[in-house]
Amino acid sequence: MPQAVPKRISVVDVERCVGCQCCVFACARRIGVGGTADARIDVRSAGGMRKGFVVIVCRACPDPPCARVCPTDALTPRAGGGVIFRDAACIGCGNCREACPFGAVLWDNEQRKPMICVYCGVCASFCPYEVLAYEETKEDDDAPVRHAG
Amino acid sequence: MPRSDMPADRFGRVLHVDLAKRRFEIRDRRDLFRESLGGAGAAIRLLEENGGLSAEPQDPGNPIVFAVGPLVGLYPMASKTVAMFVSPHNGRLGESHAGGRSAVSIRMAGYAAVVLTGASSTPVYLVIHDHGVEFRDASALWGLENSYTVGRVMREREPGSGARSILRIGRAGEVGVTYACVITETYRHFGRLGLGAVFGGKKLKGIVIVGRGRVPVADPKRYRAHYDLVFQAATRSKAMRKYHDLGTPINVLPLHELSALPTRNLREGSFEGAEAISGEAMAKRFLGRRLACAHCPVACVHLAALRTRHPHEPYFFSTAMLGYDYEPMYALGSMLGVADPEAMLRLMDEVEIQGLDAMSTGVVLAWGTEAVENGLVSLGELDGTALSWGDADAYRAAIRKIVERPTDLYRAMARGVAYAASVYGGEGFALAFGGNEMPGYHTGPGGYLTFLTGSRHSHLDSAGYGIDQSALGEGELPPPEEMIRQLFREEAWRQVLASLVVCFFARGIYTPDVVCEALAIADEGLFTDESSLRRIGQDALARKQRFNEVKGYDLTESNMPERIFETRTPWGKLDRGYMRTALIAASELWGHVDEPREHADTSSG
Repeated sequence: MPQAVPKRISVVDVERCVGCQCCVFACARRIGVGGTADARIDVRSAGGMRKGFVVIVCRACPDPPCARVCPTDALTPRAGGGVIFRDAACIGCGNCREACPFGAVLWDNEQRKPMICVYCGVCASFCPYEVLAYEETKEDDDAPVRHAG
Repeated sequence: MPRSDMPADRFGRVLHVDLAKRRFEIRDRRDLFRESLGGAGAAIRLLEENGGLSAEPQDPGNPIVFAVGPLVGLYPMASKTVAMFVSPHNGRLGESHAGGRSAVSIRMAGYAAVVLTGASSTPVYLVIHDHGVEFRDASALWGLENSYTVGRVMREREPGSGARSILRIGRAGEVGVTYACVITETYRHFGRLGLGAVFGGKKLKGIVIVGRGRVPVADPKRYRAHYDLVFQAATRSKAMRKYHDLGTPINVLPLHELSALPTRNLREGSFEGAEAISGEAMAKRFLGRRLACAHCPVACVHLAALRTRHPHEPYFFSTAMLGYDYEPMYALGSMLGVADPEAMLRLMDEVEIQGLDAMSTGVVLAWGTEAVENGLVSLGELDGTALSWGDADAYRAAIRKIVERPTDLYRAMARGVAYAASVYGGEGFALAFGGNEMPGYHTGPGGYLTFLTGSRHSHLDSAGYGIDQSALGEGELPPPEEMIRQLFREEAWRQVLASLVVCFFARGIYTPDVVCEALAIADEGLFTDESSLRRIGQDALARKQRFNEVKGYDLTESNMPERIFETRTPWGKLDRGYMRTALIAASELWGHVDEPREHADTSSG
């Protein structure tokens, strides 16, 4: 049986984002809670709402800097891009948060550990305006340009 | 600072802030929120408990309550914040609801309500987070000419982008224009009844609320399944599509066609410029972006992109993004005879810059224009600004003068149309009900009875304009007593929605069954059924009406400006007999409303 191609979240048209944050709440709901504290995705205004929004979510880099700076291998590269997080190995040093230029390593202030996207796509399925897409990664995807968020 | 040991994720923490002493306290009021749900029901109780019944609007002690509901952060379209205070505009219950991000931010910061008392001696703004409050000096922000700048400075100075709400006032609130608003997220407002002036009186320039929180549920599977149901209804229903596509301005053309669009101070009910300022035309020409309140997929907020050429530099342009909605378009468009949508947008921009309520401002200016025509006020009293229908430049200048108040006339106009007419005359065309300037619905008796009997004199209280319009199909209005019963029932149910802080646009989705299931999921101890919900709604309404009675409102002495009887509605001329009978019926019904249940004050902390 062929192995499933890994998937990722792509911000395909941030200009259509209305800032409803339905994706944020959807991400928290994935683990069975309401609110925003547990979300691995964030939506912020682009400097006042008149300028629209930015969506901050792991783009599943082919060569992820967060994994490179992890001293305990709690974060390891995933085949096809992105990372896999092993909570037990994490010492909460915060290097990964510093390394991600998008700010997509969100932080759990209680556990003092990163909150890492698991590429499940629930956020995209609750985006009412097709800002987000859940799509397959490509092997040679070394310059994905559509992360406009 | 004292804090309660109550976990932040349980709904019912109330943050009390004393602006005079610059202290705060967090109290566990799960008792109060259990009984009242939250929102409007909780706010009226907190207003009573914190001195609202005896406070005068200008008292430093006039409390401000912000309350949210148990579904906030859990369910979509439950993202309104209810504000209550003693209104400086009509001296009665001040109640105003705003969308935006404040409700989610308040809950995510761990609170069910925020109560502000006392007045600061120097300008201040607050930063509210899960540990309480920080008091920030706002003396440099006080007196800034443009409310947009205030928002920008607070946004840039404070952390929490994406997880916060920024409330602020403009000059109008600082100087105490009684219909000054509080602006939130630039495009939403606590618009009506003068919350901005209460902020100003407390030297409170703004509030930043920041928080990321978790709302646990006992049964995640059941929660997800029910959430999906509500979400699907929100994204697929026709009713929501209407707000999503064109926004509230979709109402302009139908109301114009019905002769229900107040025009030139309601001398007419239809407007030759309706086409030009219709939701359809605005979308075609100006729509530049749409926005949503937090956790609402509908995105009814529509922004116009307005390009302005610099007067002296031919290749220099600026582009403003201006929010437009039906009510400001009626008040600053048809009501003033302004048919040029660009000019109308510039008036809306000026109202925003000053931090005024657009509806009251438009009605005040419409009265002023007619007062000039009738010789009740002179050009001198108007400080040389000759108001005339459609003259947007004059109106724009007058909006600034309402805030600057260079003459006695502007000082009077800064207190609303009822007051201005009591001084200068023209009561017959001063279009206020219960001291609040009219909304844009000249639909018939139902609409006006809502303005008169509604506990906050808002069209949204009991939506009689909806009964007027739907009855047109049947060709017959309900008899006055029945009309009042329908309005009462609607207003009582809307207290339930306003206590959950569900947006009224979503009222068709949040049926009693949906609400009961959502509440059971939010808190398994909060089992309820439709009749209990309705009792909670009636209790909230009774408390609000009692509050108004204490403040001296007598339904049977309601003032109805002559103008509403002169201009034909879709039902022909309003029938005085119908209105009188209905008001007597309302007065009797209100008198028979059960006294609100008392509850023990078990506050701790």
